[in-house]
Amino acid sequence: MIQIGGTRVVMEEQSVNERVKNFRSVPFGYNAEEAIAEAQRCIQCIHGPCEKLCPVHMDIKAMIREIVAGNFKKAFFIAKKDNAIPAITGRVCPQEEQCEGVCPFSLTCNGINIGKLEAFVADWAMNNGVKEGFHIEEKPEKVAVIGSGPAGISCAVDLRKYGYKVTMFEALHKAGGVLQYGIPAFRLPKDIVDYEISYLTEVGVEVKLNHIVGQNIMFNELRKKFGAVFIGTGAGAPQFLGIEGERLKGLYSANEFLFRTNLMKAYKFPEYDTPIVCGNTIGVIGAGNVAMDVARCAIRLGAKDVYILYRRTKKEAPARDEELQHAIEEKLKFIELVNPTRVLGNEDGWVTGIELLKMKLGEPDKSGRPRPIKIEGSEFTMKLDTVVEALGSKPNRLFLDQTPELETTRWGTFKVDENLMTNIEGVVAGGDAIRGNATVILALGDGRKAAESIHNYILRRRK
Amino acid sequence: MIHKIIDKKDLCPGNYLIEVEASNVAQRFQPGQFVIIRIDEKGERIPLTVADFNTQKGTITLIFQVVGKSTKQLGILNVGDVVLDCVGPLGNPSEIKKFGRVICVGGGTGIACIYPLIRALADTGNEVISVIGARTASLLILENEITALGSRTCVATDDGSKGHHGFVTDVLMNLLDEYRNSGGVDRVIAIGPPVMMKAVADITKPRQIKTIVSLNSVMLDGTGMCGSCRVFIDGEMKLACIDGPEFDAHKVNFEDLISRLEMFKEKESEAINYYSSKAGVKK
Repeated sequence: MIQIGGTRVVMEEQSVNERVKNFRSVPFGYNAEEAIAEAQRCIQCIHGPCEKLCPVHMDIKAMIREIVAGNFKKAFFIAKKDNAIPAITGRVCPQEEQCEGVCPFSLTCNGINIGKLEAFVADWAMNNGVKEGFHIEEKPEKVAVIGSGPAGISCAVDLRKYGYKVTMFEALHKAGGVLQYGIPAFRLPKDIVDYEISYLTEVGVEVKLNHIVGQNIMFNELRKKFGAVFIGTGAGAPQFLGIEGERLKGLYSANEFLFRTNLMKAYKFPEYDTPIVCGNTIGVIGAGNVAMDVARCAIRLGAKDVYILYRRTKKEAPARDEELQHAIEEKLKFIELVNPTRVLGNEDGWVTGIELLKMKLGEPDKSGRPRPIKIEGSEFTMKLDTVVEALGSKPNRLFLDQTPELETTRWGTFKVDENLMTNIEGVVAGGDAIRGNATVILALGDGRKAAESIHNYILRRRK
Repeated sequence: MIHKIIDKKDLCPGNYLIEVEASNVAQRFQPGQFVIIRIDEKGERIPLTVADFNTQKGTITLIFQVVGKSTKQLGILNVGDVVLDCVGPLGNPSEIKKFGRVICVGGGTGIACIYPLIRALADTGNEVISVIGARTASLLILENEITALGSRTCVATDDGSKGHHGFVTDVLMNLLDEYRNSGGVDRVIAIGPPVMMKAVADITKPRQIKTIVSLNSVMLDGTGMCGSCRVFIDGEMKLACIDGPEFDAHKVNFEDLISRLEMFKEKESEAINYYSSKAGVKK
């Protein structure tokens, strides 16, 4: 029987007790029957607000129709048409703020579980060896893509489909950017990332790993050798509070903690070479998605007590609801309204604790959230073995320093026009490199728009 | 991309030289910079010193001392074997110009790091005096190569088996006294163990001689992403990978550097034990 509205088909997950001991995916994903049942809840409303709010405007309704009909192959092609990495976005998009959040059902019951349906069709295609057939009409122009994260992937794939020769430059030893080093495997399994990224070589993108623009290839050289350049260098540089004690052993940036754990697989040490030292009691400063990722990695690395130290309250935490919920289920402890003033250490130079100042909430600030106000003299200390600063990251200086000719904002992001063109014609930028800390799907949207912008630029130049 | 080892030499017990195909690095390398390599899929990213590079052949020469699991594994590789990843050049090149009289102090494997610098400084018309040292004569590397560069070379060994019996810093002190009345010394460059670099800085600071050191803090990505290589220069946090590796020795907080280098010590012995036991099983 077709169910109108009703409740979501439950997504089976690893039990809390089990999952805190491994880095495997928390949700199991829908099977075919479950996917069809969830898809049947969709009433195919005329306006399709889900599609309008999707940064890449996927044909969500059409994808769902094909799932209902059991036509998974067709559903996959529909998803893939607008989104180069549906298995990834299906898992990491903030759907509750986008497609699922505007689903008419979200008012009365849960919106259609669009993310998990998207992941289902992508996984189905992967498991059944179904690949999109495409024909590329080769064009003579060459385009360079700097960075192999979500923005770069989407831009490179679209540029290939326009027919351009694309060379992608990645500084690290693996392509994928934040998908590889940032997002932990229990949220985004790495075999899925590897599979989605193999699409790049499939469409004929030349991927050059271990190539740092500005170190072994100069930016000016790229501009000479290539008809256009896309900058998708992300926001990979960590921020530190600048408080006393940051020299101590046992203090990490979130980037370092996640880089070791995810990309270098420190959770498999000593089978894998890269170590991580994670104590029994760990404090994570910040309450965004990255902070939750760090906290949940720490639990899996064996930490007994994991604290989130946040200067506002849980209600204002920037992390996605799902991440926050998962973290709380995993026994993470939330300490609200505190601001770190110094990190404490012993004579051997190891972290032993943190000094925190109590805060209270004041009037809303520019972000609309209440401003945290210091309560003078309210300092107290907490014993900790490990401290991780998850304060958000900013664009990498290494690249910025090499490109003084490119205009930037005061946050170090590149200034672009409505077509994502920088102040230099033919140099286009997108993703976190222009947005600071944003999402995978916004980066994909930028990559797509950038490819179109480059295409138009090249056509103009031909005349 | 894989990188083939095309030459290998045992320099002295526990110290190796390998020449590796890495044209992307060789094309751009300048003295003072370094590379990060990863041996295989499960490997860690380790920063290494580039002692030489050949732009025509597209190769770089790496010199390393066996200190942990990865360098042990690298030492076992032979000509024809490959290294999975090699990225670089990383870091900023050394400032090479005519300073006048420059003393270059190299200790242990730091000698490998300072060797291309000595050559570049000599080529730029500086009067270079090299002071190199090791624990014992058999561990002293590149002595002939450095002497062959034609400048004055002084040797020190901890046990007195060659040259001065004692530390490179004793020799440095004598040289500074010797040159005091003949124009002095314009710059000192020291690369070696942090304690050695600190001792050099302590000698040159009261004498107000500009001194440069190259810092080897714990690195991961080498591109400014992680902050693990953070060092404190005049109280300010800097990243050795993208702000350095060279810094003004008189501003470096060596205590923090030395302390932070201990961060993964226990894990390193765990790794080497695991590797040795595994290798043992294979035999």
